[in-house]
Amino acid sequence: MSYKAKFKVWRGEGGEGRLEDFTVEVNEGEVVLDIIHRLQATQAPDLAVRWNCKAGKCGSCSMEINGKPRLGCMTRMSTFDEDETITVTPMRTFPVIKDLVTDVSYNYQKAREIPSFTPPAGVRPGEYRMKQVDVERSQEFRKCIECFMCNNVCHVIRDHEENKTNFSGPRFLMRIAELDMHPYDVADRQEAAQEEHGLGYCNITKCCTEVCPEHIKITDNALIPMKERVVDRKYDPLVWLGNKILRRK
Amino acid sequence: MTQTTPEAPMRRQRAQVRVRTLRTDRWWLVPLLTFLGLSSFLVYGVWAIIDNSIFVEPYIAPFASPCLAAATCPEGAQLFGWAPIGDWYTLSPGLLILALPGGFRLTCYYYRKSYYRSFWLSPPACAVQEPHGKYTGERRFPLIIQNVHRYFFYAAIVIGLVLAYDAVLAVVHKPLGLGSWILIANAVLINAYTLSCHSCRHITAGRLNHFSRHPLRYRAWTFVSKLNAKHQPLAWASMFSVMGADFYVRMVAKGIIAFPYA
Repeated sequence: MSYKAKFKVWRGEGGEGRLEDFTVEVNEGEVVLDIIHRLQATQAPDLAVRWNCKAGKCGSCSMEINGKPRLGCMTRMSTFDEDETITVTPMRTFPVIKDLVTDVSYNYQKAREIPSFTPPAGVRPGEYRMKQVDVERSQEFRKCIECFMCNNVCHVIRDHEENKTNFSGPRFLMRIAELDMHPYDVADRQEAAQEEHGLGYCNITKCCTEVCPEHIKITDNALIPMKERVVDRKYDPLVWLGNKILRRK
Repeated sequence: MTQTTPEAPMRRQRAQVRVRTLRTDRWWLVPLLTFLGLSSFLVYGVWAIIDNSIFVEPYIAPFASPCLAAATCPEGAQLFGWAPIGDWYTLSPGLLILALPGGFRLTCYYYRKSYYRSFWLSPPACAVQEPHGKYTGERRFPLIIQNVHRYFFYAAIVIGLVLAYDAVLAVVHKPLGLGSWILIANAVLINAYTLSCHSCRHITAGRLNHFSRHPLRYRAWTFVSKLNAKHQPLAWASMFSVMGADFYVRMVAKGIIAFPYA
């Protein structure tokens, strides 16, 4: 069963652009990305959209559908009313290259600023011995497909461009938490999380968790535990005293 | 219709969308309900501090427990007959202790989310632009004080145990009244909320990187993690239960609720 749906799609290059109206055919079982592809094929051959797997695993087709960050390939048309006008815009936090394609290089820059896994001196690859229970907590974070919707929705940079310099966003604070929780990582992640990557900017409003297509509990399992570790390190006098007395690092 | 607007140069490269949000759902409903819920709690708390009907055998109003003042705590309301605050103190007994559970909730990670969204609108909802021109988060005074949460958690553990003790005293009292069950339900919810705290999760074993070396702490962490997943509903349930139990006891103490086995 098919019907004609009304779409408003952002068109433009750089930041300048407008919402253009389209009426396009929708068939049963289709997702928003299918409709965008139909638009390309029938009405707007120069419409730019980034996509790859169409299976919710590559993180390429992040966009904002009716104002909410979503993966185009995982947003079923059946979730909308047939007479509803569906608005599709590029991710708001990142600069627009063309139409729905944004420049997400901010994220790659932040990724490069995090020192990679740092094992203890004298332990070589192949010599790591870990129990499953010790690593399964951080394995949740490895499900990340780097769609960057968490960084896109985070109001710290979405509404305050000036914070981009000092704030790495939930995706990379989660990466730091993953490394800090790793039994074999010895780098100082807590000081860096707070002072270099802006963990203190996070006011735990959980939008990152709400939009994550992999359903990673970013706030509860990464950001808040990391905040608590920073409290241990910087703000709790009893922990400081205990570390001194017991000579813990 | 062109949607472009002149904005700050550093934002010029983003898609220039004029409206605060393109969301079409009722995104404002949850922050509105949260605002009303938390406001009602604040208003009730102020009334409870002013009101003096805190005790009727065997019930003590949770907002006034533990009752620590010699002059303002009726006989039987004091914890183990202990009144460390002397006759000089004549204000509400609730004033002495409400800062502790109040501080616990004020610095709680869930409540922070809820009032940052509903009171400070930072942001009011996901993908809805906040109205503030500048944002510095919890990095500096006064919000850096939120890091004291774990100390309020320690105090909340004690308060939770006292409320459980009050409930047990009410249950062993004959004849058994409806208030006893209300106090028991409240004590269960308050303690569940306290144990589901993120700081509790961190203290049990969250701070460790080697769970396998600390099996007992790991089991405690696993238990707290399960509770932690329910932290938001427990926060609301315990908030309404403590208000409800407190109100019930005060109404019985005033004689407004006077049916048999009240």
